Amino acid sequence: MRHIIYIAIGMFFGIIMFKSEAASWFRIYEMFHFGSFHMYGIIGSALALGIIGIRVIKYKNLKPIDGSDMSLDPKNKGIARYLIGGILFGLGWALAGACPGPMYVLAGAGYTSILIVIFGALVGTFLYGLIKKHLPH
Amino acid sequence: MNWIYDPWPWYIAGPLIALVMFLLLFVGKQFGMSSNLRSACAAMGAGKASDFFKFDWKAQRWNLMVVLGAILGGFIASNYMSDNTVEINPEVAQQLARDYHITSAGESYLPPEIFSPEALSDPFKVFILLLGGLLVGFGARYAGGCTSGHAISGLSNLQLPSLIAVIGFFIGGLLMIHIIYPFIF
Repeated sequence: MRHIIYIAIGMFFGIIMFKSEAASWFRIYEMFHFGSFHMYGIIGSALALGIIGIRVIKYKNLKPIDGSDMSLDPKNKGIARYLIGGILFGLGWALAGACPGPMYVLAGAGYTSILIVIFGALVGTFLYGLIKKHLPH
Repeated sequence: MNWIYDPWPWYIAGPLIALVMFLLLFVGKQFGMSSNLRSACAAMGAGKASDFFKFDWKAQRWNLMVVLGAILGGFIASNYMSDNTVEINPEVAQQLARDYHITSAGESYLPPEIFSPEALSDPFKVFILLLGGLLVGFGARYAGGCTSGHAISGLSNLQLPSLIAVIGFFIGGLLMIHIIYPFIF
């Protein structure tokens, strides 16, 4: 039953990504050219509502339906890992024109070439696990 | 407008993405689309190679269910809810055609010049897709999150590390599009 809920949420997310064109290579390219407000509007409006909603959750001490704690733990402090990791991610985001969510959405939409990007992302994740100890965090 | 068939404007899509984040929070999880890659590595036995993958990935199976849902969502949206074209700023479209001979803006969802099966006969394009994915996977784990985990979840929770990561995303993206693209394409 719980699995159905996660699949349903994922499906809803996938439809939003595809229909908003956030999964389109063209929209990512256009965003990095500051050619349209579209992508900034999506991220900005999601964020504005997200900030308000999480303030409300914390203020009212709302709990998930199973009564556990909200997964809102603060991120570990640091600069290097976020900046360097972020830059590497951004290079890949612009090169492939897709970030992790849209990759799966595009696979479902039938773009077989995106499987190469997903394979690359798995290899990249694996490589990070291998050399993590030697990287500044 | 025909809300099923036409592209959804930002003021519909953005709030719906916030809704996805809240739905996941209220079922006791969090919104982040890259940690499933770590779960997938662990499920394939990467724990033998690195402690980073030695964790109870079965407790993270929900993450893989969300991925399965996203795949289904992409299938439904592209087959039943879209004509699979994307209109962008005409100036950007002209620049793409002029500088990179990518003339498919307004006619397709992804440029066939890079993503069509025929384009894969060019080893350079395969390399681009592979390297792009590799950087996304490596960078997301190094930074501890991607666009959803940092730009939406982390920033919504007013996390400074997420702000640093998102600034990094844009430094990387702008470098790639404005400095590196002209050299490689």
